[in-house]
Amino acid sequence: MATEDKTYVEDIDRSLYDFRFENKDAYKVDEGLTPEIVKTISDEKKDPAWMREFRLHSLDIYNQTQMPDWGPSIEGLNMNNIVTYVRPNTKMHADWEEVPEEIKDTFEKLGIPQAERESLAGVGAQFDSELVYHNVKEEVAAQGIIYTDLESALHGPYADMIHDHFMKLVPPTDHKFAALHGAVWSGGSFVYVPPGVSVEIPLQSYFRLNAPGAGQFEHTLIIVDEGAYLHFIEGCSAPKYNVANLHAGCVELFVGKNATLRYSTIENWSKNMYNLNTKRARVEEGGKVEWVSGSFGSHVSYLYPMSVLAGKGSRSEFTSVTFAGKGQNLDTGCKVVHNAPQTSSVVNTRSISKSGGISTFRSSVVVTKNAPESKSAVSCQSLMLDTISRSDTIPAMDIRTSKADIGHEARIGRISDDAIFYLMSRGIAEDDARAMIVSGFADNVGKELPLEYAIEMNNLIRLEMKGAIG
Amino acid sequence: MSLLSIDNLSVSVEEKQILKNLTFQVNKGETHVLMGPNGAGKSTLGNAIMGNPAYHIDGGSIFFQDEDLLAKPVNERAKAGIFMSFQNPIEVPGITLSNFIRSALEQKTGQRIRIFQFKKELEKAMEVLQMDPSYAERDLNVGFSGGEKKKAEILQLLMLKPSLAILDETDSGLDVDAVRTVSRGILEYQKDKDSALIIITHSTGILSSLHVDHTHILVDGEIVANGDGSLVDEINRDGFARYEHN
Repeated sequence: MATEDKTYVEDIDRSLYDFRFENKDAYKVDEGLTPEIVKTISDEKKDPAWMREFRLHSLDIYNQTQMPDWGPSIEGLNMNNIVTYVRPNTKMHADWEEVPEEIKDTFEKLGIPQAERESLAGVGAQFDSELVYHNVKEEVAAQGIIYTDLESALHGPYADMIHDHFMKLVPPTDHKFAALHGAVWSGGSFVYVPPGVSVEIPLQSYFRLNAPGAGQFEHTLIIVDEGAYLHFIEGCSAPKYNVANLHAGCVELFVGKNATLRYSTIENWSKNMYNLNTKRARVEEGGKVEWVSGSFGSHVSYLYPMSVLAGKGSRSEFTSVTFAGKGQNLDTGCKVVHNAPQTSSVVNTRSISKSGGISTFRSSVVVTKNAPESKSAVSCQSLMLDTISRSDTIPAMDIRTSKADIGHEARIGRISDDAIFYLMSRGIAEDDARAMIVSGFADNVGKELPLEYAIEMNNLIRLEMKGAIG
Repeated sequence: MSLLSIDNLSVSVEEKQILKNLTFQVNKGETHVLMGPNGAGKSTLGNAIMGNPAYHIDGGSIFFQDEDLLAKPVNERAKAGIFMSFQNPIEVPGITLSNFIRSALEQKTGQRIRIFQFKKELEKAMEVLQMDPSYAERDLNVGFSGGEKKKAEILQLLMLKPSLAILDETDSGLDVDAVRTVSRGILEYQKDKDSALIIITHSTGILSSLHVDHTHILVDGEIVANGDGSLVDEINRDGFARYEHN
């Protein structure tokens, strides 16, 4: 039988993604983290005074906070080896033609200009820690929507708005890597959608890391005002290096009264990455946040987007898929806090583990006494593709009102031989049949993504599936 | 040369022998009916031809168009021109019926399928089967009723145009109208004079409107009687009792 001819492949061919360039001109700060380094970063950024203080204060908190000890091991991470700040030798470019050839080539390979051509709203792509290319289509700007890099927004007409919101949802005291982020954050996007404005086409940003040992600490701040609608897409891919890489980004989403924000992410980190990202949303009365998340790659991930349902009737939907392959320990999930009456949350997650990969799903649903008549439905499904992989589900619920409707279901399964036989009986090769079933399993996310992202995700799954144990 | 040639085939499932030294041939364009009581091994034969890994070949051979079928993986057998409609089609979320048939066709032909032409053919085939066109865009078998699943199987048959189709209990669990519709699909397949069929059934309803060339009665893993289409009528009248006490 075909299954006996299968070979075990250590790692998939990631040559499509693991390309990089020598970056000779880039400026680097000393390795390791001291107040001097933080001050240097602050000087370079031309921070306003409050931000400089905020960074130094965050560094204090960082130094006083313990490493997390409750999840996957991050012992491989040594902060003294992490160059926290690398900036390519280039300034902001609004015109694609002016972006340096080398950097442009990287983006070409990632298909950014392609996406641009296909009339997507705007591209804010981050190369190392600096935004090098940023362009918002005129029609979007004409609606009064602000989409810019966070650094320049700190000095513009929206400076006060940023001051009032920056790291208010995720304070530096939240955990050690939030404190680190507060001290060294660099790059990222700021989006403001004025009241009643509906952004028809998704805004997207593409982040990647491109220097050995460089951490990435981008900050995304999105404010969707009353009755407005926005779909924001964040896509990540990083080249692979031998030095442990760290990603400690932060995403803060403010969803106004009766506003809706859909936040979609496809993360595809190289397999030496420690992805310790913090994402949080606050939703006002009648508002809604929709998280759509695909987590691929990375060595270790800690990722639990959180929704705080602060206003009456506010809603949160969380849809995710996680794929853990050989050598990967992906600890993902989500948290919802219901803190107002008649709030509702839906959590629908899928995790896939293969070739010894570990996938852990944690969910936490908190319904406070302020949230009577609230509803929550949590559903998580796991698919293990062999007997050496692992999948765990750790649901937590803390319900402080008797008038709540809470449901949870978890399922763990394997691909049935009957299903493989069925697909093969129609002429489909075994590898393709498995990939087809896994893609279908991940379709909860796939069908929520714009087409080109759904295709990219299916391609990723296909790549991850090649060389699977038969 | 016969299309399918089975010689002395013995098959077991979970260490239990089901088929015993079965010999059996199908020529181009012929319709064979395989009848027998429950547990006689009818479906085992279909699964052995298609290559279900749960069925172990203990001895004998299967040749298809003079090629050793047993040496081929399941998908290669399909590409060679064999099709089996399943008793219990599997639900596959995430791929629509239409896209699934298209990828199967692309695998088979090794070519990109032109979407416009494909859609037209698909619509036509669905009309024959009185399927609501919306099913084409629904996930493969997901949430389909028993009858819809069987129709979707016959739809794949009509689109993939195999040279040999094995219909495994396609009529089971269907009401009279659905049986009639499915029969119409099978008739459509038979319009191509080269199309061969093995119809596995334990009832005779599906056969009333079809032309049958050969009938085989399978009891306890062995063919106990061969005949032409009239053998179906005899079974219809008298049942299998006579053969079971053989």
